[in-house]
Amino acid sequence: MSLMKYTAIELGKMIASGEISAVEAAGDCLEAIRKNEPDINAFVTVCDEQSVLKKAEEVQKKINSGELLSPIAGVPVAIKDNMCTADILTTCSSRILSNFIPPYTATAVECLESAGAVIVGKTNMDEFAMGSTTETSFYGATKNPHDKTRVPGGSSGGSAAAVAAGEVTFALGSDTGGSIRQPASHCGVVGIKPTYGTVSRYGLVAYGSSLDQIGPIAKDVSDCAAILEIISSYDTKDSTSFKRDDTDFTTALKNDVNGLKIGIPGDYFGTGLDSEVKKALLDAADVLKSRGAELEYFDLSLTEFAVPAYYIIASAEASSNLSRFDGVKYGYRTGEYENLHQMYKKTRSEGFGTEVKRRIMLGSFVLSSGYYDAYYLKALKAKNLIKQAFDKAFGKYDLIIGPVSPSTAPELGTSLDDPVKMYLGDIYTVAANLIGLPAISVPCGRDSKGLPVGMMLTGKCFDEKTVIRAAYTYEQETQI
Amino acid sequence: MADKIDENMLEYISILAKLELEGEEKEQARSDMKKMLDHVDKLNELDTDGVEPLVQVINMQNVFREDNVTNGDDRNAMLKNAPAKKNGQYMVPKTF
Amino acid sequence: MKQYETVIGLEVHVELATKTKIFCGCSTRFGGEVNTHTCPVCTGMPGALPVLNKKVVEYAIAVGLATNCEINRNCRFDRKNYFYPDNPQDYQISQLYEPVCLNGHVDITVNGTGKSVGIHEIHMEEDAGKLIHEENGSMSLIDFNRSGVPLIEIVSEPDMRSAEEVISYLEKLRTTIQYLGASDCKLQEGSMRADVNLSVREEGSLVLGTRTEMKNLNSFKAISRAIDAERNRQIRIIESGKRVVQETRRWDDNKEESYSMRSKEDAQDYRYFPDPDLPGIFISQEWIDAIKADEPEFKTAKMARYAKEYGIPESDADIITDSRHMADIFEETVKLCGQPKKAANWLMVDTIRLLKENSMDPEDIRFSPENLAKLIKLNMSGTINSSVAKEVFEKMFDGDMDPESYVKEHGLAQENDEDALKATVQKVIDENPRSVEDYRNGKEKAIGFLVGQTMKAMQGKANPGIVNKILKELL
Repeated sequence: MSLMKYTAIELGKMIASGEISAVEAAGDCLEAIRKNEPDINAFVTVCDEQSVLKKAEEVQKKINSGELLSPIAGVPVAIKDNMCTADILTTCSSRILSNFIPPYTATAVECLESAGAVIVGKTNMDEFAMGSTTETSFYGATKNPHDKTRVPGGSSGGSAAAVAAGEVTFALGSDTGGSIRQPASHCGVVGIKPTYGTVSRYGLVAYGSSLDQIGPIAKDVSDCAAILEIISSYDTKDSTSFKRDDTDFTTALKNDVNGLKIGIPGDYFGTGLDSEVKKALLDAADVLKSRGAELEYFDLSLTEFAVPAYYIIASAEASSNLSRFDGVKYGYRTGEYENLHQMYKKTRSEGFGTEVKRRIMLGSFVLSSGYYDAYYLKALKAKNLIKQAFDKAFGKYDLIIGPVSPSTAPELGTSLDDPVKMYLGDIYTVAANLIGLPAISVPCGRDSKGLPVGMMLTGKCFDEKTVIRAAYTYEQETQI
Repeated sequence: MADKIDENMLEYISILAKLELEGEEKEQARSDMKKMLDHVDKLNELDTDGVEPLVQVINMQNVFREDNVTNGDDRNAMLKNAPAKKNGQYMVPKTF
Repeated sequence: MKQYETVIGLEVHVELATKTKIFCGCSTRFGGEVNTHTCPVCTGMPGALPVLNKKVVEYAIAVGLATNCEINRNCRFDRKNYFYPDNPQDYQISQLYEPVCLNGHVDITVNGTGKSVGIHEIHMEEDAGKLIHEENGSMSLIDFNRSGVPLIEIVSEPDMRSAEEVISYLEKLRTTIQYLGASDCKLQEGSMRADVNLSVREEGSLVLGTRTEMKNLNSFKAISRAIDAERNRQIRIIESGKRVVQETRRWDDNKEESYSMRSKEDAQDYRYFPDPDLPGIFISQEWIDAIKADEPEFKTAKMARYAKEYGIPESDADIITDSRHMADIFEETVKLCGQPKKAANWLMVDTIRLLKENSMDPEDIRFSPENLAKLIKLNMSGTINSSVAKEVFEKMFDGDMDPESYVKEHGLAQENDEDALKATVQKVIDENPRSVEDYRNGKEKAIGFLVGQTMKAMQGKANPGIVNKILKELL
């Protein structure tokens, strides 16, 4: 059996105890990737074998000398390809960065490396994290390991699929509107988006700067808690990084939800939600109830406004964030041009894919003269009202339970034609990004096609621990 | 407001965004934008009178650095990815 | 012919004197090798993020207080989106919606008449890189050393009516900012840049005409010329029945004309929105008070004090206080030698002359107040005479040095001893019988020639007063 069938923490223990070496783990991981990649295509870049093994050897030396004591020392990891890694190609799954080798490493990745994790590759994603199927990648779609005719979700589809396929034990993803939680749900793994400001964004290629957060995708809640604990940091290079002293998330791994007040927003369970997904979720809620949680239906309100507000804000920020890809300083530059403006236009038109162009156009429009107030400012006001609705809910409840996605993973090639339909798939996840809330996706059964269903637990800002505790309790109660 | 996206507007936005859309792609972009705007126009149903625009969700203020030089000469690393360079500088088509 | 009034507002960019850039720890030092002061932040690398230099906010507040602005207690940064190769992120981090300072004014005097020029706002922003255009080539090269250098932009109200008022306003701003130490404000080097917004209207009209914005003005002279040329251009357009187009124009000072910077690829729609990478700034009353407490004594106050304490006339004080550096040298020198009039004289006559001859600014003065004080004392005590003092001063101006040791080393001390001088004076009398004759015949002036001959014989090191006295005795 491949070592990649273990959880990250299990593997870390085996390495720490000397049962296996970091080099063996890395070799095994590369082997698993070789075996699965032709079917899954979870990676844009798999690191050179020699350099991975050398890195693992260095880590093993530090483990042997007692210098490295972290629970993931020697454990191989895959990084979503929108996080800068020094000397490793970082493409954001875009043609425009098809040759970009960053001169520096993202802070979150540095945190993992100092904990002894060994980077084996960069995972596929929707181009610049814009999408929810990983089909907008310039490097081809990633397939869902549970059904290779289906998408893995997105935008962190490569990371979720790599974990689900047993190519790695864990991976980093990023979440701007559900991009960790939704692929985790579609692939039957666990993913957590922390409170905005908990994990440094330095080195994360920005999509929607006010929404983006990095988080782990792993096999279980314990791994997620441990990894999140490692990548959380107060980073002076990120002005939106928040100084917290409560990131000891593994202390929340308790099988106990007694007395926890959990709200079920009725508006999340109406039309639009697949009936099998709904049933799986209500069953999961019952499990928490049976363990002593107090469940109550309530009206969250404003749900239908979250997606429009989100798409205005995300597109506006993206249109500005993606301006820098202009063929001047790095990345792709068109072959022939007569002057500067033609170079800009051809470079960007050839370098970006359709979905990215759609959002840049939308974002440029909503910020343009005469439309700023009607769109962008209106969206910021809607965001305020949505925040008030959540504040009110969290006045009564410790957690909110809901679906991650209206349905299980769709078939490949069925989502991209209708952008609005695709955006509506994010209806349950985007609010957490608008308001900065922590939220986790945990597997809660399968539909009749055998596809994984995910449950989302959303907490108050800075209250990852309650989210983790409830998710852990559910996981413990339903383990076979 | 989605009907604002006519030929001129599309041309204008592509100048702002430095994107060149041709033929079929242009038609598709117009129809996509119209759909997206129809959708986000839903916000008009929301009464936001007297509501403050919320810029930052996590309330933070005064994040500063001190005025100390911390970076040295990193020119080669910065220039490494440049598509065209000359004498330690980035090279672009003449700007005027 | 109709009479026209010119209406002018200014946008003045000032590079702040911080050690590092506004959003990263790269040096702002001038003259480094191209692109050696760059990092992921100021070259717009994917994933890089800005962190604000606190000193920038403090300088901006200080300038705001000195120009009578209200300080915006809750300010924040916005992104100004436009594509240009010297702008690495293809957006500039600036302030539009909540600038740091608002509603100030600067008082100026032109031809004896006082006037208040309103300040609409002051905002903080980052500078762009530098584009170098290859001669005869088809390419431009970019140096990002200046990219991210902190700027404040001071936006005036359209309150000025002539080039004289504009220059006076700029001089006042420059002096004030230099006094604060917030910038060296050199137009030629670009650390102070003024864009002129100008429109014309018929005399008596209350409606503003269509304005143009003029860029690339690198000296007060260029500003003056550009204002006159643009005023005339606009009047010509209006007189011919056409309309002035609102646009940005670039001044070519060699050709003394401007040309439009418009192109169809330029929409001039900057899509400003709050920068999500930078949390807001709250400026507390305590912070404002602390900055206010550090405020230096400004030019106007100094001039009044110099008149009262030292009896220095206003016109002299005006020259000395034009630069804080010179005023500091003056005050320190007076403290050391107790001779305000002498100190003032050295500065406003000799120093200003030498600065002009060497095309230098008062900021470039190298001699120390200690040495100027010593020189004054050497002269006052009669150790050296005035012409030697001038000679020594010129050496001090070129490179600061101790005048006492210089005088000693070069044997420049003058002869004050009557007995020692008598022999030389007698020799001069013997050698110039005609002048002696003239003097004795009542030609008083002839004695001057004899003093000069004696000084020459003494290689300038005689005390001319004593020589005069001996001559009179001997004749």
